Amino acid sequence: MADKIATREGFGKALVEFGETNKDFVVLDADLADATKTVYFKKAFTERFFDTGIAEGNMMSVAAGLAACGKTVFASSFAMFAAGRAFEQIRNSIAYPKLNVKIAATHAGLSVGEDGATHQCLEDVGLMRTLPGMVVMTPSDAVQARWMIKAALEYQGPMYFRFARLATPVMYDDNTSFEIGKGVVLKEGTDVSIIACGLMVEKALEAAEILNQKGIYARVIDMHTIKPIDRELVLKCAKETGAIVTVEEHNIYGGLGSAVSEVVCDEYPVPVKIIGTEDKFGTSGKPAELFELYGLSAENIATKALDAIKLK
Amino acid sequence: MNTQEINKLKLVAYKIRKDIIVEVFNAASGHPGGSLSIADILSVLYFKEMNIDPKNPQNPDRDRLVLSKGHCAPALYGALAERGYFPVEDLVTLRKTDSYLEGHPDMKGIPGVDMSSGSLGQGISAANGMALAGKIDKKDYMVYTILGDGEIEEGQVWEAAMYAAHYKLDNLVAFVDVNGLQIDGPTKEVMSAEPIDKKFEAFGFNVYIIDAHDIEQISEAVQKAKNKNGKPTAIICKSTKGKGVSFMENVGSWHGKGPNKEEADAAIAELDAKIKELEEKVNG
Ligand SMILES: Cc1ncc(C[n+]2csc(CCOP(=O)(O)OP(=O)(O)O)c2C)c(N)n1
Repeated sequence: MADKIATREGFGKALVEFGETNKDFVVLDADLADATKTVYFKKAFTERFFDTGIAEGNMMSVAAGLAACGKTVFASSFAMFAAGRAFEQIRNSIAYPKLNVKIAATHAGLSVGEDGATHQCLEDVGLMRTLPGMVVMTPSDAVQARWMIKAALEYQGPMYFRFARLATPVMYDDNTSFEIGKGVVLKEGTDVSIIACGLMVEKALEAAEILNQKGIYARVIDMHTIKPIDRELVLKCAKETGAIVTVEEHNIYGGLGSAVSEVVCDEYPVPVKIIGTEDKFGTSGKPAELFELYGLSAENIATKALDAIKLK
Repeated sequence: MNTQEINKLKLVAYKIRKDIIVEVFNAASGHPGGSLSIADILSVLYFKEMNIDPKNPQNPDRDRLVLSKGHCAPALYGALAERGYFPVEDLVTLRKTDSYLEGHPDMKGIPGVDMSSGSLGQGISAANGMALAGKIDKKDYMVYTILGDGEIEEGQVWEAAMYAAHYKLDNLVAFVDVNGLQIDGPTKEVMSAEPIDKKFEAFGFNVYIIDAHDIEQISEAVQKAKNKNGKPTAIICKSTKGKGVSFMENVGSWHGKGPNKEEADAAIAELDAKIKELEEKVNG
């Protein structure tokens, strides 16, 4: 628990680890290799690393061309410039032809911190989730990030990974199991389910502690795959706990909360409270302060959980 | 320009450089390298060439500046504060949660900021829009924009260049800060956009190549652009990233981090000495 490692770090190290045995994949970056951590791969496998300069649109379509010639491609930039700047290239050059491109987007969410609103991407999950066939994942720690890269190399097709800048506690040990599209139950509970992703998983666990002290038993889910969402697990939560709170470092529109609500509304309606940024842009500041400011805190999750329970 | 005038603008440039260091030190983050390289350009624009009034920052007839390489906000904020748009004392709040001085330029909340920026490649297009509005409204204001030599790798920059010439936006001046470095290394190694001057020429611009740290050359190039010959102007500025702080000069790792206390003290001591020297010259 003591170690703090950013998920982008887990991603960068994993590329090198798997690059040793898997000689087929190439890595692209757009002048942010030091920050996205593809720099480790660049140093280890210079001949398989290609910088496109500050040209994200070009990078995504180049990735498509490489994939059309049989390469597995990791294309990396900040979430803002990958999912944001190059959205339409991703849609038409990568998703539509269903090419084997893994978009590794780092510096997502408010936890980018001081760079402020222009760099805090709070829309990428929504953007990527609406693309047919796109797998969308966000790890809650660096260990999970590594599993995701391993899984990505075994999976054919477009994927979007959302990694964070901020160093956060390691939660998993190396031999826990991992499967694309299968959420992880971190804590059992009967009164309410807190379904979180990314850095919010840690907050969800803290919220469950707060609720525990009030005699309320919250189930906590790490929903690392947002698409395809773990339908079975969401319905199980709806049926067994009767109320759900979702938490994400993303706009309340279009992200994890939407994905969970779609399943619940479709098959087993129960109250769902969605916690995220409430249709606002970010701002400069320290990540911890921003989490408080935007309601991404354990206290707020606990409050919303109580609200959800009241609606049962 | 006489020596006195030049020294006055040099002095402002060094004050802006000191502001930059104060800002990024207090923020413990931000972009000193590319900020230091444009201090002289901003001094000439805000203290000589631009038709502006800090007391009336929204005047529709004013000249405008779009910092296309928005990460160099510390330089812009320094210039705006020195010019009186907001208190110099506020600069220490850069990038803090309760401050209006956002990490990247925010036109909603910061007096004097004409356009929000920070995502590279977009500012020059916004500057085109402002220049076009000037044409539509038959106003004779100028629009200035500052781009990085890494930034011009974005395809949008060239869409914008094509556009500016096509619509004869001779009220547009694009500075390209050619400091030779971007994040992943020297621009020549990461993704060369050379020859930059020939490219802008081919796109239909007046092109001037100048030393980014020579006050007179900057001013002369702007004067020529103001003659408005039916073409937009590109001023290719050969610069030193980190200019004025010797240990930051031409060192890539100073692109995007704040100095620690020791480093900040050393930088400020160096800049203070320069400021003192220039003040003595200016005040005789
Ligand atoms: C669209 C976009 N992609 C990536 C970035 C991240 N980024 C910020 S500064 C920078 C390098 C800029 O290099 P250059 O234009 O040469 O600026 P300078 O060296 O003058 O600071 C990059 C890649 C960004 N801000 N916007």
